[in-house]
Amino acid sequence: MPMFLLLSGIAALLLLAILAVVFSGSRFATRLVYGAGLLLSLELLVVGGLHLLCDAPPLALSLPLGLPWIGAHFRLDALSAFFVVIVNLGAAAACLYGLGYGQHAEEPSRVRPFVPAFIAGMNLVLLTADAFTFLLSWEFMSLVSWALVVVEHRDPRTVRAGYTYALMASLGTFALLLAFGLLAGPNGSYGFAAMRAAQVSPSVGALVLGLVVIGAGSKAGLVPLHVWLPEAHPAAPSHVSALMSGVMTKVAVYAVIRIVFDLLGTPHWWWGIVLLVLGGASALMGVLYALFESDQKRVLAYSSIENIGFIFVALGLALAFRADGFQAAAALALTAALFHAFNHAILKELQFFGAGAVQHATGTRDMERLGGLIHRMPVTAFCILIGCVGIAALPPLNAFASEWLIFQAILLSPSLPQWGLKLLVPAVGALLALAVTLAAACFVRFFGMSFLGRPRSEAASCAEETDGFSLAAMLLLAGLAVVGGLLPGVVIDALGPISTSLVGRHMPVQASLPWLSIVPIAASRSSYNGLLVFIFIAASSGIVASAIHVFASRRIRRAPIWDCGYADTNPALQYSASSFSEPIRRVFGPILFLARTEVEMPPVGSVAPAKFKVHLEDLIWQRLYVPVTGIVMTIADRLNVFQFLTIRRYLSLVFLALVSLLLVLALWS
Amino acid sequence: MHGIAFDVAHLLAGCLVLVSFLMLYQDRLYSLLNTYALHATVLFLSVAWQAYIQNAPDLYVTAGIALVFKAIIIPVALHRMIVKLGIHREIETVVGTGPTMLAGMGLVGLSLVVMLHAAAGANLMAREDLAFALAVILLGLLIMVTRRNAVSQVVGFMSLENGLILAAAGAKGMPLVVEMSVAFSILIAFIVIGIFLFRIRERFDTVDLQALDRFRGERQ
Repeated sequence: MPMFLLLSGIAALLLLAILAVVFSGSRFATRLVYGAGLLLSLELLVVGGLHLLCDAPPLALSLPLGLPWIGAHFRLDALSAFFVVIVNLGAAAACLYGLGYGQHAEEPSRVRPFVPAFIAGMNLVLLTADAFTFLLSWEFMSLVSWALVVVEHRDPRTVRAGYTYALMASLGTFALLLAFGLLAGPNGSYGFAAMRAAQVSPSVGALVLGLVVIGAGSKAGLVPLHVWLPEAHPAAPSHVSALMSGVMTKVAVYAVIRIVFDLLGTPHWWWGIVLLVLGGASALMGVLYALFESDQKRVLAYSSIENIGFIFVALGLALAFRADGFQAAAALALTAALFHAFNHAILKELQFFGAGAVQHATGTRDMERLGGLIHRMPVTAFCILIGCVGIAALPPLNAFASEWLIFQAILLSPSLPQWGLKLLVPAVGALLALAVTLAAACFVRFFGMSFLGRPRSEAASCAEETDGFSLAAMLLLAGLAVVGGLLPGVVIDALGPISTSLVGRHMPVQASLPWLSIVPIAASRSSYNGLLVFIFIAASSGIVASAIHVFASRRIRRAPIWDCGYADTNPALQYSASSFSEPIRRVFGPILFLARTEVEMPPVGSVAPAKFKVHLEDLIWQRLYVPVTGIVMTIADRLNVFQFLTIRRYLSLVFLALVSLLLVLALWS
Repeated sequence: MHGIAFDVAHLLAGCLVLVSFLMLYQDRLYSLLNTYALHATVLFLSVAWQAYIQNAPDLYVTAGIALVFKAIIIPVALHRMIVKLGIHREIETVVGTGPTMLAGMGLVGLSLVVMLHAAAGANLMAREDLAFALAVILLGLLIMVTRRNAVSQVVGFMSLENGLILAAAGAKGMPLVVEMSVAFSILIAFIVIGIFLFRIRERFDTVDLQALDRFRGERQ
């Protein structure tokens, strides 16, 4: 029954996509599409959530679709159900937001049909249980999200982003195809059940791991496969950006967990290293990129890369612990990864919604042209503030709980027997700690430059608060972030069945603990209590605020600001986004970005302004992608000759190919 | 299986390879056509012998098609076409005859080695038959590749197709429908190529394929 409900919900979403095309001219199209999308994703959310919370046994279903001799297999287990919850929670919020935001899009009819199709595609990926249907749904998801990226196709940057995305998505699917081919083995058993039962040799397993990291990692935005993400995610309309950054990256995480933890069999200890190193690099590079960026949505996209890095580090730890037989530690790391995926989905959607509201109100995403919005858009500012506090991993919000769990898992690493891991894991932990602090700086900058200070442009000074639906979506997510931070034990307990099925154990049951505490391993080691922290923070800040109010507010005098002798203080003289990140750029820029600064002083006696320019280079793009592109272009140039041969030469080529194949055959035996 | 049946089949298939070699060094169009007619006749004999020893009456139809179409109608038609078009009767080869013959010998050796390995499971006669058929196919391709003239390429193509028929006849049990369709496709290919020859001739006053290439404005 749940399976039927889920699949019919997906079918209804696809139908809705068609209806959106049929009724594209109607005045009620936006209401219809997003309203129905909201209801359908709520239905999927409830079904998936009940399956997860009731700890129901896995359900399987085969349909005679797709390839005739394979059919389409679907399966709903705890892992799928959890990701169904993430996807549909995000989708429901995005649809609610879309009810308001979709009204004032430039060309809404280009967006509407693809949103339900995109949600349906992501859900399908989670439910499939054979390689063919999985890849088909995966490609469908990529294709539809590509269509959403290139909605504003008149902007050449969007077209470029779409092209990069299409390339990287094809690369990813190709890698996944090869990975499934290896997993299926010589008998070509493409069902997940058969793959689970089969044991692959260590070398094949390592190859599959590498291919999955390329295939799913490129979708998730793992460094160095992330290049498309900061281009493509911001190019889409904001509710779609939220879906792509908050939810689609989680579908990629699901693919990694499904293949590496579920299908691939016994791991080797060094497999964890791959995920640890890539995850650590993603976390650090992502947040550094985010710090030097002034486009709001790009900052958020880079921050997604950082958080995906965190999730991958936790997955790598889980893999290493599982390979060495530390089941409790593996359960902790895996639960932390899943919990963080859940939290990041909520927070990232919230922030993208806020950025969308700001973009609609001011017409710009450039932080250097915003400022002072807290007075014009107080509710949006409050929601984004919650999102920023959450994503910067400050207690008592949800992301703190999950990142704290990740660090707890890192602290267990000295018990690992391999010296490589013993040395690497603390190093990666240090990287993560650095990334967390930089993320805090990044979001202080994000919030401060956009919402505090004085407006830096005309548009920012006359912004209006956004509509009710958008606010409702943001308040809902902000509420969830707070609740998740106060009651982390509920989520952790819900994740128990997943880690039991994947690593053999689950974390200690948290519901029985007093005062809503959570303990990762045992209460004697460490514990965290979100409620107490919240009460402490609320009480202490309340006392301070009231003290200030009592002792200081009465003494407020309104007087002209001292203007340092300048009569007119231009808003451009405020602290700016790039000046905020200047100290950090001084530290990391010269090495990681080959940063150069140029100061051009006017000649003595001239009144022309001095000019200050900063050049940053994306080393990954320069050192990795540019050479690869060059090689491909060179080969293509060389092979171009074959377009212009005579008929006889083509025949000769065929002939030579045939003869050489026969020669191989003759020499082989 | 051994004995006279095998020997004759072996002999006829060997003859087909030999006639392919004969075609390889013809430098006049007329003599090429005559050799092709001989090729088709040998194919007819070979297929008819297979029909007799396998006791398969439908192979007689294949043999008949080979004789009527390939040994008589097509060569005669090509003869008339050459006369009508006034085609230059010398064949321009790309490589000299000597290297071509050497390459042909290499190909025959290759096909024997490959087939004797690949078809190790099949019975002796089918194996030999397949080896010779592959040799005929490769030689047909070689003819197509080393000639510039369109007519001789058509002939090379048809001798290649003779190799296919030989292989099919040796491996027992190719259904008649397939043979018929192969025969008709060859006929249609012949007609189409013939029409094209007339058209090319009308336009360029030659059937040398290089003229076509020049017309395409290729960079060479």
